[in-house]
Amino acid sequence: MLAVYKKELRSYFIGPIGYIYMALYLLVSSLIFTYTTLYAGTCDVTTYYTFILYLFAILIPLLTMRMLSEEKKSRTEQILLTSPVSLTSVIFAKFLAAFTLFAGTLLISCLHFIILFAYGTPSTAIMISTTLGILLIGAAFVAIGIFVSACTENQLVAALVTIVAIASTLVLNVLSGYVSFTPLRVVMRWLSVFDRFYAFTYGYFDFVALLYYVSVTVVFLFLTVRVFEKRRWE
Amino acid sequence: MIEIKGITKRYGEKYAAKDVTFTVNAGEVMGFLGPNGAGKSTTLNILTGYLSATSGTACIDGIDILQDPIGAKAKIGFLPEQPPLYLDMTVKEYLNFVYDLKRCKLDRKKHLDEICRVVKIRDVYGRVIRNLSKGYRQRVGIAQALIGNPPVLIFDEPTVGLDPKQIIDIRNLIRDLGREHTVILSTHILPEVQAICDRIVVINNGEIVADEKTENIARAVEGKRRMTFNICGPRNDVLKLLKSIPGVTYAEVIGNRDLDSTSFLVESDEKIDIRKPLFFALAEKRWPLIGMDVMGMDLEDVFLALVDKNAKKGVRKGEKQ
Repeated sequence: MLAVYKKELRSYFIGPIGYIYMALYLLVSSLIFTYTTLYAGTCDVTTYYTFILYLFAILIPLLTMRMLSEEKKSRTEQILLTSPVSLTSVIFAKFLAAFTLFAGTLLISCLHFIILFAYGTPSTAIMISTTLGILLIGAAFVAIGIFVSACTENQLVAALVTIVAIASTLVLNVLSGYVSFTPLRVVMRWLSVFDRFYAFTYGYFDFVALLYYVSVTVVFLFLTVRVFEKRRWE
Repeated sequence: MIEIKGITKRYGEKYAAKDVTFTVNAGEVMGFLGPNGAGKSTTLNILTGYLSATSGTACIDGIDILQDPIGAKAKIGFLPEQPPLYLDMTVKEYLNFVYDLKRCKLDRKKHLDEICRVVKIRDVYGRVIRNLSKGYRQRVGIAQALIGNPPVLIFDEPTVGLDPKQIIDIRNLIRDLGREHTVILSTHILPEVQAICDRIVVINNGEIVADEKTENIARAVEGKRRMTFNICGPRNDVLKLLKSIPGVTYAEVIGNRDLDSTSFLVESDEKIDIRKPLFFALAEKRWPLIGMDVMGMDLEDVFLALVDKNAKKGVRKGEKQ
Protein backbone atom coordinates (compact mmCIF):
# COMPACT_ATOMS: atom_id res chain seq x y z
CA MET A 1 0.00 0.00 0.00
CA LEU A 2 2.86 2.30 0.90
CA ALA A 3 4.37 1.70 -2.53
CA VAL A 4 1.26 2.92 -4.34
CA TYR A 5 0.88 5.83 -1.94
CA LYS A 6 4.43 7.00 -2.54
CA LYS A 7 4.11 6.49 -6.28
CA GLU A 8 0.92 8.54 -6.51
CA LEU A 9 2.30 11.32 -4.39
CA ARG A 10 5.45 11.42 -6.45
CA SER A 11 3.54 11.37 -9.72
CA TYR A 12 1.80 14.64 -8.71
CA PHE A 13 5.19 16.28 -8.72
CA ILE A 14 6.78 14.49 -11.66
CA GLY A 15 4.17 16.16 -13.83
CA PRO A 16 2.81 19.66 -13.38
CA ILE A 17 -0.50 18.74 -11.71
CA GLY A 18 0.69 18.87 -8.12
CA TYR A 19 2.26 22.29 -8.62
CA ILE A 20 -0.74 23.62 -10.52
CA TYR A 21 -3.10 22.45 -7.81
CA MET A 22 -1.10 23.98 -5.00
CA ALA A 23 -0.46 27.23 -6.81
CA LEU A 24 -4.08 27.69 -7.84
CA TYR A 25 -5.44 26.75 -4.45
CA LEU A 26 -3.10 29.01 -2.53
CA LEU A 27 -3.60 31.91 -4.93
CA VAL A 28 -7.38 31.77 -5.08
CA SER A 29 -7.78 31.04 -1.38
CA SER A 30 -5.62 34.05 -0.54
CA LEU A 31 -7.80 36.25 -2.71
CA ILE A 32 -10.98 34.88 -1.16
CA PHE A 33 -9.48 35.31 2.28
CA THR A 34 -8.55 38.91 1.60
CA TYR A 35 -12.03 39.82 0.40
CA THR A 36 -14.08 37.82 2.91
CA THR A 37 -12.19 38.65 6.10
CA LEU A 38 -9.68 41.45 5.74
CA TYR A 39 -11.79 43.74 3.54
CA ALA A 40 -14.94 42.79 5.40
CA GLY A 41 -13.23 43.58 8.67
CA THR A 42 -14.22 40.35 10.38
CA CYS A 43 -12.54 37.41 12.05
CA ASP A 44 -15.32 35.06 11.04
CA VAL A 45 -14.04 32.48 8.51
CA THR A 46 -17.45 30.97 7.65
CA THR A 47 -17.85 32.99 4.47
CA TYR A 48 -14.26 32.28 3.53
CA TYR A 49 -14.76 28.55 3.80
CA THR A 50 -18.10 28.69 2.02
CA PHE A 51 -16.34 30.11 -1.00
CA ILE A 52 -13.54 27.61 -0.60
CA LEU A 53 -16.07 24.78 -0.86
CA TYR A 54 -17.09 26.09 -4.28
CA LEU A 55 -13.44 26.26 -5.21
CA PHE A 56 -13.20 22.54 -4.45
CA ALA A 57 -15.60 21.77 -7.25
CA ILE A 58 -13.03 23.02 -9.72
CA LEU A 59 -9.78 22.06 -8.01
CA ILE A 60 -10.38 18.61 -6.53
CA PRO A 61 -10.96 17.04 -9.96
CA LEU A 62 -7.37 18.05 -10.74
CA LEU A 63 -6.21 15.68 -8.02
CA THR A 64 -8.38 12.74 -8.96
CA MET A 65 -9.08 12.89 -12.68
CA ARG A 66 -5.98 10.94 -13.72
CA MET A 67 -5.80 8.60 -10.83
CA LEU A 68 -7.55 5.56 -12.28
CA SER A 69 -8.53 6.67 -15.78
CA GLU A 70 -4.90 6.97 -16.77
CA GLU A 71 -4.00 3.58 -15.29
CA LYS A 72 -6.79 2.05 -17.28
CA LYS A 73 -5.87 3.78 -20.50
CA SER A 74 -2.18 2.90 -20.36
CA ARG A 75 -2.95 -0.61 -19.06
CA THR A 76 -0.68 -0.03 -16.06
CA GLU A 77 -3.56 -1.15 -13.87
CA GLN A 78 -2.50 -4.64 -14.86
CA ILE A 79 0.57 -4.50 -12.70
CA LEU A 80 -1.45 -3.25 -9.75
CA LEU A 81 -4.10 -5.93 -10.18
CA THR A 82 -1.69 -8.81 -10.74
CA SER A 83 0.65 -7.95 -7.89
CA PRO A 84 0.25 -9.57 -4.50
CA VAL A 85 -1.70 -6.67 -3.00
CA SER A 86 -5.42 -6.30 -2.44
CA LEU A 87 -7.47 -4.06 -4.68
CA THR A 88 -8.90 -2.28 -1.66
CA SER A 89 -5.46 -1.31 -0.42
CA VAL A 90 -4.51 0.02 -3.86
CA ILE A 91 -7.61 2.20 -4.04
CA PHE A 92 -7.18 3.34 -0.47
CA ALA A 93 -3.53 4.22 -1.07
CA LYS A 94 -4.56 6.32 -4.04
CA PHE A 95 -7.22 8.05 -1.99
CA LEU A 96 -4.72 8.71 0.76
CA ALA A 97 -2.23 10.21 -1.68
CA ALA A 98 -4.81 12.60 -3.13
CA PHE A 99 -6.04 13.44 0.36
CA THR A 100 -2.50 14.12 1.56
CA LEU A 101 -1.92 16.70 -1.14
CA PHE A 102 -5.35 18.17 -0.53
CA ALA A 103 -4.95 18.36 3.25
CA GLY A 104 -1.36 19.53 3.03
CA THR A 105 -2.30 22.44 0.80
CA LEU A 106 -5.28 23.26 2.99
CA LEU A 107 -3.11 23.34 6.09
CA ILE A 108 -0.59 25.60 4.36
CA SER A 109 -3.42 27.97 3.49
CA CYS A 110 -4.31 28.09 7.18
CA LEU A 111 -1.27 30.33 7.58
CA HIS A 112 -3.69 33.09 6.53
CA PHE A 113 -5.20 32.90 9.96
CA ILE A 114 -2.04 34.25 11.57
CA ILE A 115 -3.12 37.66 10.34
CA LEU A 116 -6.46 37.29 12.07
CA PHE A 117 -4.75 36.34 15.31
CA ALA A 118 -2.34 39.25 14.98
CA TYR A 119 -4.97 41.94 14.40
CA GLY A 120 -8.15 40.51 15.87
CA THR A 121 -9.61 38.06 18.33
CA PRO A 122 -10.89 35.09 16.37
CA SER A 123 -12.30 32.03 18.13
CA THR A 124 -9.71 29.29 17.94
CA ALA A 125 -12.35 26.64 18.55
CA ILE A 126 -14.46 27.74 15.60
CA MET A 127 -11.41 27.95 13.40
CA ILE A 128 -10.29 24.43 14.25
CA SER A 129 -13.73 22.87 13.98
CA THR A 130 -14.43 24.61 10.68
CA THR A 131 -11.11 23.49 9.23
CA LEU A 132 -11.82 19.98 10.41
CA GLY A 133 -15.20 20.09 8.72
CA ILE A 134 -13.57 21.27 5.51
CA LEU A 135 -11.07 18.42 5.68
CA LEU A 136 -13.88 15.91 6.06
CA ILE A 137 -15.84 17.36 3.17
CA GLY A 138 -12.66 17.38 1.09
CA ALA A 139 -12.14 13.69 1.83
CA ALA A 140 -15.65 12.93 0.61
CA PHE A 141 -15.07 14.97 -2.58
CA VAL A 142 -11.76 13.24 -3.24
CA ALA A 143 -13.49 9.87 -2.88
CA ILE A 144 -16.20 10.96 -5.33
CA GLY A 145 -13.50 12.10 -7.76
CA ILE A 146 -11.69 8.77 -7.52
CA PHE A 147 -14.90 6.90 -8.12
CA VAL A 148 -15.63 8.95 -11.26
CA SER A 149 -12.06 8.43 -12.45
CA ALA A 150 -12.52 4.67 -12.15
CA CYS A 151 -15.53 4.80 -14.46
CA THR A 152 -13.79 6.24 -17.51
CA GLU A 153 -10.58 6.07 -19.50
CA ASN A 154 -10.70 9.74 -20.32
CA GLN A 155 -9.22 12.25 -17.89
CA LEU A 156 -11.24 15.09 -19.29
CA VAL A 157 -14.50 13.24 -18.89
CA ALA A 158 -13.47 12.31 -15.35
CA ALA A 159 -12.71 15.93 -14.55
CA LEU A 160 -15.97 17.30 -15.97
CA VAL A 161 -18.17 14.68 -14.35
CA THR A 162 -16.43 15.26 -11.02
CA ILE A 163 -16.97 19.00 -11.29
CA VAL A 164 -20.66 18.45 -11.95
CA ALA A 165 -20.97 15.90 -9.15
CA ILE A 166 -19.30 18.09 -6.55
CA ALA A 167 -21.05 21.24 -7.70
CA SER A 168 -24.43 19.57 -7.53
CA THR A 169 -23.89 18.48 -3.92
CA LEU A 170 -23.01 22.08 -3.16
CA VAL A 171 -26.07 23.67 -4.75
CA LEU A 172 -28.52 21.12 -3.41
CA ASN A 173 -29.46 23.15 -0.35
CA VAL A 174 -30.06 26.23 -2.47
CA LEU A 175 -32.15 24.24 -4.92
CA SER A 176 -34.08 22.54 -2.15
CA GLY A 177 -35.51 25.93 -1.25
CA TYR A 178 -37.41 25.91 -4.54
CA VAL A 179 -38.82 22.44 -4.12
CA SER A 180 -42.30 22.31 -2.67
CA PHE A 181 -42.59 18.52 -2.61
CA THR A 182 -41.56 17.77 0.97
CA PRO A 183 -40.08 14.26 0.68
CA LEU A 184 -37.86 15.35 -2.19
CA ARG A 185 -36.80 18.40 -0.27
CA VAL A 186 -35.87 16.27 2.73
CA VAL A 187 -33.79 13.99 0.56
CA MET A 188 -32.06 16.94 -1.06
CA ARG A 189 -31.27 18.47 2.27
CA TRP A 190 -29.99 15.16 3.48
CA LEU A 191 -27.62 14.87 0.56
CA SER A 192 -26.55 18.47 0.81
CA VAL A 193 -23.01 18.94 2.00
CA PHE A 194 -23.59 22.43 3.31
CA ASP A 195 -26.29 21.68 5.83
CA ARG A 196 -24.02 19.57 7.93
CA PHE A 197 -21.08 21.87 7.47
CA TYR A 198 -22.75 24.76 9.29
CA ALA A 199 -22.64 22.90 12.59
CA PHE A 200 -18.86 23.07 12.42
CA THR A 201 -18.93 26.82 11.86
CA TYR A 202 -20.64 27.30 15.19
CA GLY A 203 -17.61 25.77 16.84
CA TYR A 204 -19.06 22.53 17.97
CA PHE A 205 -18.06 19.18 16.80
CA ASP A 206 -20.99 17.41 15.19
CA PHE A 207 -20.43 13.72 15.52
CA VAL A 208 -23.31 12.86 13.19
CA ALA A 209 -21.79 15.08 10.49
CA LEU A 210 -18.42 13.42 10.98
CA LEU A 211 -20.06 10.06 10.54
CA TYR A 212 -21.89 11.34 7.47
CA TYR A 213 -18.77 12.58 5.68
CA VAL A 214 -16.72 9.54 6.60
CA SER A 215 -19.54 7.33 5.35
CA VAL A 216 -19.72 9.15 2.02
CA THR A 217 -15.96 8.71 1.65
CA VAL A 218 -16.08 5.02 2.48
CA VAL A 219 -19.09 4.38 0.26
CA PHE A 220 -17.45 5.95 -2.78
CA LEU A 221 -14.16 4.15 -2.20
CA PHE A 222 -16.10 0.94 -1.84
CA LEU A 223 -17.95 1.67 -5.09
CA THR A 224 -14.59 2.28 -6.77
CA VAL A 225 -13.44 -1.17 -5.70
CA ARG A 226 -16.71 -2.57 -7.02
CA VAL A 227 -16.17 -0.91 -10.40
CA PHE A 228 -12.91 -2.83 -10.76
CA GLU A 229 -14.39 -6.05 -9.46
CA LYS A 230 -17.28 -5.77 -11.85
CA ARG A 231 -14.98 -5.29 -14.80
CA ARG A 232 -13.10 -8.42 -13.83
CA TRP A 233 -16.27 -10.46 -13.78
CA GLU A 234 -18.29 -9.13 -16.65
CA MET B 1 3.09 -26.05 -10.87
CA ILE B 2 0.31 -24.48 -12.88
CA GLU B 3 -3.03 -26.16 -13.12
CA ILE B 4 -5.90 -24.80 -15.15
CA LYS B 5 -9.14 -26.70 -15.03
CA GLY B 6 -12.18 -26.03 -17.14
CA ILE B 7 -11.64 -22.28 -17.44
CA THR B 8 -14.52 -20.67 -19.28
CA LYS B 9 -14.89 -16.97 -19.91
CA ARG B 10 -18.04 -15.72 -21.50
CA TYR B 11 -18.78 -12.23 -22.72
CA GLY B 12 -22.49 -12.29 -23.28
CA GLU B 13 -23.03 -14.93 -25.94
CA LYS B 14 -19.43 -15.06 -27.01
CA TYR B 15 -16.91 -17.42 -25.44
CA ALA B 16 -13.42 -15.99 -25.10
CA ALA B 17 -12.26 -19.23 -23.49
CA LYS B 18 -14.18 -22.46 -23.38
CA ASP B 19 -13.33 -25.23 -20.96
CA VAL B 20 -9.61 -24.55 -21.15
CA THR B 21 -7.67 -27.20 -19.25
CA PHE B 22 -3.93 -27.76 -19.05
CA THR B 23 -1.12 -28.15 -16.59
CA VAL B 24 2.45 -26.95 -16.66
CA ASN B 25 4.99 -28.90 -14.67
CA ALA B 26 7.68 -27.25 -12.60
CA GLY B 27 10.68 -26.22 -14.66
CA GLU B 28 8.85 -26.55 -17.94
CA VAL B 29 8.76 -23.92 -20.66
CA MET B 30 5.30 -24.06 -22.14
CA GLY B 31 4.44 -22.47 -25.44
CA PHE B 32 0.93 -21.15 -25.60
CA LEU B 33 0.11 -20.92 -29.23
CA GLY B 34 -2.85 -19.60 -31.12
CA PRO B 35 -3.90 -17.12 -33.76
CA ASN B 36 -4.76 -13.58 -32.75
CA GLY B 37 -7.95 -13.45 -30.75
CA ALA B 38 -7.89 -17.16 -29.92
CA GLY B 39 -8.14 -16.59 -26.19
CA LYS B 40 -4.48 -16.64 -25.17
CA SER B 41 -4.48 -13.34 -23.35
CA THR B 42 -7.85 -14.05 -21.76
CA THR B 43 -6.56 -17.33 -20.33
CA LEU B 44 -3.37 -15.73 -19.07
CA ASN B 45 -5.24 -12.81 -17.57
CA ILE B 46 -7.42 -15.24 -15.69
CA LEU B 47 -4.41 -17.21 -14.54
CA THR B 48 -2.79 -14.06 -13.18
CA GLY B 49 -5.94 -12.85 -11.47
CA TYR B 50 -6.49 -9.83 -13.69
CA LEU B 51 -9.77 -11.24 -14.96
CA SER B 52 -12.12 -13.67 -13.35
CA ALA B 53 -13.34 -16.74 -15.15
CA THR B 54 -17.03 -17.43 -15.62
CA SER B 55 -16.26 -20.92 -14.36
CA GLY B 56 -13.29 -23.16 -13.74
CA THR B 57 -10.26 -22.94 -11.49
CA ALA B 58 -6.66 -21.86 -11.87
CA CYS B 59 -4.03 -22.94 -9.36
CA ILE B 60 -0.44 -21.88 -9.05
CA ASP B 61 1.70 -24.17 -6.95
CA GLY B 62 -1.47 -25.55 -5.41
CA ILE B 63 -2.88 -22.13 -4.53
CA ASP B 64 -6.22 -21.23 -6.09
CA ILE B 65 -6.11 -17.75 -7.60
CA LEU B 66 -9.66 -17.07 -6.45
CA GLN B 67 -9.36 -18.39 -2.92
CA ASP B 68 -6.01 -16.83 -2.12
CA PRO B 69 -5.31 -14.26 -4.82
CA ILE B 70 -2.49 -12.56 -2.95
CA GLY B 71 -0.69 -15.83 -2.22
CA ALA B 72 -1.04 -17.00 -5.81
CA LYS B 73 -0.02 -13.67 -7.32
CA ALA B 74 3.13 -13.66 -5.18
CA LYS B 75 4.29 -16.70 -7.13
CA ILE B 76 3.85 -15.14 -10.56
CA GLY B 77 5.87 -12.70 -12.59
CA PHE B 78 3.67 -11.45 -15.40
CA LEU B 79 4.49 -9.50 -18.51
CA PRO B 80 1.15 -8.55 -20.11
CA GLU B 81 0.72 -8.01 -23.82
CA GLN B 82 1.30 -4.32 -23.32
CA PRO B 83 4.06 -3.85 -20.72
CA PRO B 84 2.53 -2.00 -17.75
CA LEU B 85 5.07 0.81 -17.63
CA TYR B 86 4.67 4.21 -16.05
CA LEU B 87 6.16 6.26 -18.84
CA ASP B 88 7.06 9.28 -16.75
CA MET B 89 9.18 7.30 -14.31
CA THR B 90 12.83 6.43 -14.79
CA VAL B 91 13.70 2.74 -15.02
CA LYS B 92 15.20 2.99 -11.55
CA GLU B 93 12.09 4.56 -10.04
CA TYR B 94 9.87 2.07 -11.79
CA LEU B 95 11.76 -1.02 -10.65
CA ASN B 96 11.94 0.31 -7.12
CA PHE B 97 8.21 0.91 -7.18
CA VAL B 98 7.54 -2.64 -8.34
CA TYR B 99 9.95 -3.91 -5.70
CA ASP B 100 7.92 -2.13 -3.02
CA LEU B 101 4.61 -3.11 -4.58
CA LYS B 102 5.49 -6.79 -4.54
CA ARG B 103 6.83 -6.46 -1.01
CA CYS B 104 10.03 -8.09 -2.07
CA LYS B 105 12.21 -9.26 0.79
CA LEU B 106 15.45 -9.78 -1.14
CA ASP B 107 18.31 -7.36 -0.77
CA ARG B 108 17.11 -4.41 -2.84
CA LYS B 109 20.29 -3.19 -4.42
CA LYS B 110 21.70 -6.61 -5.13
CA HIS B 111 18.45 -7.98 -6.49
CA LEU B 112 17.71 -5.05 -8.83
CA ASP B 113 21.33 -5.03 -9.95
CA GLU B 114 21.18 -8.70 -10.80
CA ILE B 115 17.93 -8.28 -12.76
CA CYS B 116 19.32 -5.35 -14.73
CA ARG B 117 22.34 -7.45 -15.59
CA VAL B 118 20.22 -10.38 -16.74
CA VAL B 119 17.87 -8.36 -18.96
CA LYS B 120 20.63 -5.94 -19.99
CA ILE B 121 19.09 -2.62 -19.05
CA ARG B 122 21.93 -1.28 -16.93
CA ASP B 123 22.82 1.40 -19.45
CA VAL B 124 19.31 2.88 -19.39
CA TYR B 125 18.79 2.55 -15.64
CA GLY B 126 18.59 6.29 -15.05
CA ARG B 127 16.52 7.16 -18.11
CA VAL B 128 12.87 8.04 -18.31
CA ILE B 129 10.89 5.13 -19.72
CA ARG B 130 9.02 7.35 -22.17
CA ASN B 131 12.29 7.93 -24.03
CA LEU B 132 13.22 4.26 -24.38
CA SER B 133 12.90 2.23 -27.56
CA LYS B 134 10.36 -0.56 -27.81
CA GLY B 135 13.01 -3.20 -27.25
CA TYR B 136 14.18 -1.59 -24.05
CA ARG B 137 10.64 -1.06 -22.84
CA GLN B 138 9.99 -4.74 -23.35
CA ARG B 139 13.08 -5.55 -21.32
CA VAL B 140 11.98 -3.28 -18.53
CA GLY B 141 8.67 -5.14 -18.66
CA ILE B 142 10.50 -8.43 -18.28
CA ALA B 143 12.63 -6.98 -15.48
CA GLN B 144 9.44 -6.05 -13.67
CA ALA B 145 8.21 -9.63 -13.92
CA LEU B 146 11.46 -10.95 -12.47
CA ILE B 147 11.34 -8.85 -9.33
CA GLY B 148 10.89 -11.00 -6.25
CA ASN B 149 12.23 -13.99 -8.15
CA PRO B 150 8.82 -15.67 -8.61
CA PRO B 151 8.88 -19.37 -9.53
CA VAL B 152 6.38 -18.87 -12.36
CA LEU B 153 6.94 -16.46 -15.24
CA ILE B 154 4.22 -15.64 -17.73
CA PHE B 155 5.02 -13.73 -20.90
CA ASP B 156 2.21 -12.62 -23.17
CA GLU B 157 3.57 -12.08 -26.67
CA PRO B 158 6.89 -10.68 -25.53
CA THR B 159 8.42 -10.28 -28.97
CA VAL B 160 5.64 -8.49 -30.81
CA GLY B 161 6.87 -5.42 -32.62
CA LEU B 162 10.55 -5.99 -32.02
CA ASP B 163 13.22 -6.11 -34.68
CA PRO B 164 14.84 -9.47 -35.55
CA LYS B 165 17.88 -8.95 -33.36
CA GLN B 166 15.80 -7.93 -30.39
CA ILE B 167 13.56 -10.93 -30.95
CA ILE B 168 16.56 -13.25 -30.79
CA ASP B 169 17.82 -11.49 -27.66
CA ILE B 170 14.48 -11.79 -25.90
CA ARG B 171 14.16 -15.44 -26.94
CA ASN B 172 17.58 -16.27 -25.58
CA LEU B 173 16.72 -14.45 -22.41
CA ILE B 174 13.51 -16.43 -21.99
CA ARG B 175 15.31 -19.67 -22.70
CA ASP B 176 17.85 -18.83 -19.99
CA LEU B 177 15.09 -17.94 -17.57
CA GLY B 178 13.45 -21.26 -18.36
CA ARG B 179 16.30 -23.06 -16.66
CA GLU B 180 15.27 -21.84 -13.24
CA HIS B 181 11.63 -20.93 -13.68
CA THR B 182 8.40 -22.41 -14.88
CA VAL B 183 7.54 -20.35 -17.93
CA ILE B 184 4.45 -19.82 -20.04
CA LEU B 185 5.21 -18.08 -23.30
CA SER B 186 2.25 -16.98 -25.34
CA THR B 187 2.78 -16.23 -28.97
CA HIS B 188 1.40 -16.63 -32.45
CA ILE B 189 4.86 -16.97 -33.94
CA LEU B 190 5.66 -20.63 -34.52
CA PRO B 191 9.45 -20.75 -34.78
CA GLU B 192 9.54 -18.98 -31.45
CA VAL B 193 7.82 -21.89 -29.78
CA GLN B 194 9.90 -24.44 -31.60
CA ALA B 195 13.05 -22.66 -30.50
CA ILE B 196 12.27 -22.26 -26.83
CA CYS B 197 9.53 -24.50 -25.55
CA ASP B 198 9.43 -28.01 -24.12
CA ARG B 199 5.74 -28.32 -24.61
CA ILE B 200 3.09 -26.70 -26.75
CA VAL B 201 -0.52 -25.99 -26.03
CA VAL B 202 -2.48 -24.78 -29.00
CA ILE B 203 -5.65 -22.77 -28.54
CA ASN B 204 -8.12 -21.71 -31.18
CA ASN B 205 -11.50 -20.02 -30.82
CA GLY B 206 -11.14 -20.27 -27.07
CA GLU B 207 -10.64 -24.03 -27.05
CA ILE B 208 -7.52 -26.11 -26.54
CA VAL B 209 -6.88 -28.09 -29.73
CA ALA B 210 -3.55 -29.70 -28.86
CA ASP B 211 -1.35 -30.22 -25.83
CA GLU B 212 1.85 -32.08 -26.69
CA LYS B 213 5.59 -32.16 -26.25
CA THR B 214 7.20 -30.02 -28.91
CA GLU B 215 8.66 -33.01 -30.74
CA ASN B 216 5.34 -34.85 -30.62
CA ILE B 217 3.16 -32.03 -31.77
CA ALA B 218 3.14 -33.25 -35.36
CA ARG B 219 1.52 -36.46 -34.18
CA ALA B 220 -1.39 -34.51 -32.83
CA VAL B 221 -2.49 -34.15 -36.39
CA GLU B 222 -3.80 -37.33 -37.88
CA GLY B 223 -2.34 -37.55 -41.27
CA LYS B 224 -0.09 -39.33 -43.60
CA ARG B 225 3.61 -39.54 -43.92
CA ARG B 226 4.76 -38.20 -47.23
CA MET B 227 8.05 -39.16 -48.73
CA THR B 228 9.81 -38.82 -52.04
CA PHE B 229 12.09 -41.51 -53.41
CA ASN B 230 14.57 -41.41 -56.25
CA ILE B 231 14.80 -44.86 -57.75
CA CYS B 232 16.66 -46.17 -60.77
CA GLY B 233 14.47 -48.69 -62.53
CA PRO B 234 11.60 -49.12 -64.95
CA ARG B 235 9.08 -46.53 -64.02
CA ASN B 236 5.85 -48.52 -64.17
CA ASP B 237 7.27 -51.59 -62.48
CA VAL B 238 8.67 -49.53 -59.66
CA LEU B 239 5.34 -47.81 -59.22
CA LYS B 240 3.59 -51.17 -59.07
CA LEU B 241 6.10 -52.38 -56.48
CA LEU B 242 5.65 -49.24 -54.39
CA LYS B 243 1.89 -49.68 -54.34
CA SER B 244 2.27 -53.29 -53.29
CA ILE B 245 4.18 -52.49 -50.10
CA PRO B 246 1.95 -52.78 -47.03
CA GLY B 247 1.10 -49.41 -45.57
CA VAL B 248 1.43 -47.43 -48.77
CA THR B 249 -1.77 -45.53 -49.42
CA TYR B 250 -0.74 -43.58 -52.44
CA ALA B 251 2.10 -43.45 -54.94
CA GLU B 252 2.73 -41.44 -58.05
CA VAL B 253 5.49 -40.50 -60.42
CA ILE B 254 6.54 -36.92 -60.06
CA GLY B 255 9.14 -36.84 -62.74
CA ASN B 256 12.62 -37.60 -63.92
CA ARG B 257 15.23 -35.58 -62.10
CA ASP B 258 18.11 -37.03 -64.05
CA LEU B 259 18.53 -39.47 -66.88
CA ASP B 260 18.29 -42.84 -65.25
CA SER B 261 16.29 -42.24 -62.07
CA THR B 262 12.68 -41.42 -61.45
CA SER B 263 11.15 -39.54 -58.51
CA PHE B 264 8.12 -40.96 -56.78
CA LEU B 265 5.85 -39.40 -54.23
CA VAL B 266 4.62 -41.91 -51.70
CA GLU B 267 2.11 -41.48 -48.94
CA SER B 268 1.84 -44.05 -46.23
CA ASP B 269 -0.15 -44.79 -43.18
CA GLU B 270 1.17 -42.76 -40.32
CA LYS B 271 1.78 -45.71 -38.02
CA ILE B 272 3.73 -47.81 -40.49
CA ASP B 273 7.30 -47.10 -41.46
CA ILE B 274 7.62 -48.28 -45.06
CA ARG B 275 11.22 -47.29 -45.54
CA LYS B 276 12.84 -50.56 -44.50
CA PRO B 277 10.55 -52.94 -46.39
CA LEU B 278 10.80 -50.69 -49.41
CA PHE B 279 14.57 -50.78 -49.28
CA PHE B 280 14.69 -54.58 -49.18
CA ALA B 281 12.08 -54.93 -51.91
CA LEU B 282 14.07 -52.66 -54.17
CA ALA B 283 17.30 -54.43 -53.32
CA GLU B 284 15.76 -57.74 -54.26
CA LYS B 285 14.86 -56.33 -57.68
CA ARG B 286 18.30 -54.65 -57.88
CA TRP B 287 16.73 -51.23 -58.46
CA PRO B 288 19.02 -48.83 -56.61
CA LEU B 289 17.42 -46.35 -54.29
CA ILE B 290 19.51 -43.23 -54.71
CA GLY B 291 17.50 -40.67 -52.80
CA MET B 292 14.96 -40.46 -50.07
CA ASP B 293 13.34 -37.42 -48.53
CA VAL B 294 10.85 -37.47 -45.70
CA MET B 295 8.56 -34.51 -46.00
CA GLY B 296 7.97 -33.98 -42.29
CA MET B 297 5.34 -31.53 -41.27
CA ASP B 298 6.82 -28.50 -39.66
CA LEU B 299 5.09 -26.62 -36.93
CA GLU B 300 3.58 -24.28 -39.43
CA ASP B 301 1.70 -27.11 -41.15
CA VAL B 302 0.73 -28.67 -37.88
CA PHE B 303 -0.61 -25.44 -36.61
CA LEU B 304 -2.64 -24.76 -39.71
CA ALA B 305 -3.91 -28.33 -39.70
CA LEU B 306 -4.98 -28.08 -36.08
CA VAL B 307 -6.63 -24.74 -36.47
CA ASP B 308 -8.27 -25.83 -39.67
CA LYS B 309 -9.55 -29.07 -38.22
CA ASN B 310 -10.96 -27.18 -35.32
CA ALA B 311 -12.63 -24.62 -37.53
CA LYS B 312 -14.33 -27.37 -39.53
CA LYS B 313 -15.51 -29.01 -36.34
CA GLY B 314 -16.93 -25.66 -35.32
CA VAL B 315 -18.80 -25.34 -38.57
CA ARG B 316 -20.26 -28.80 -38.17
CA LYS B 317 -21.35 -28.01 -34.68
CA GLY B 318 -22.92 -24.84 -35.99
CA GLU B 319 -24.82 -26.78 -38.64
CA LYS B 320 -26.29 -29.10 -36.08
CA GLN B 321 -27.60 -26.20 -34.13
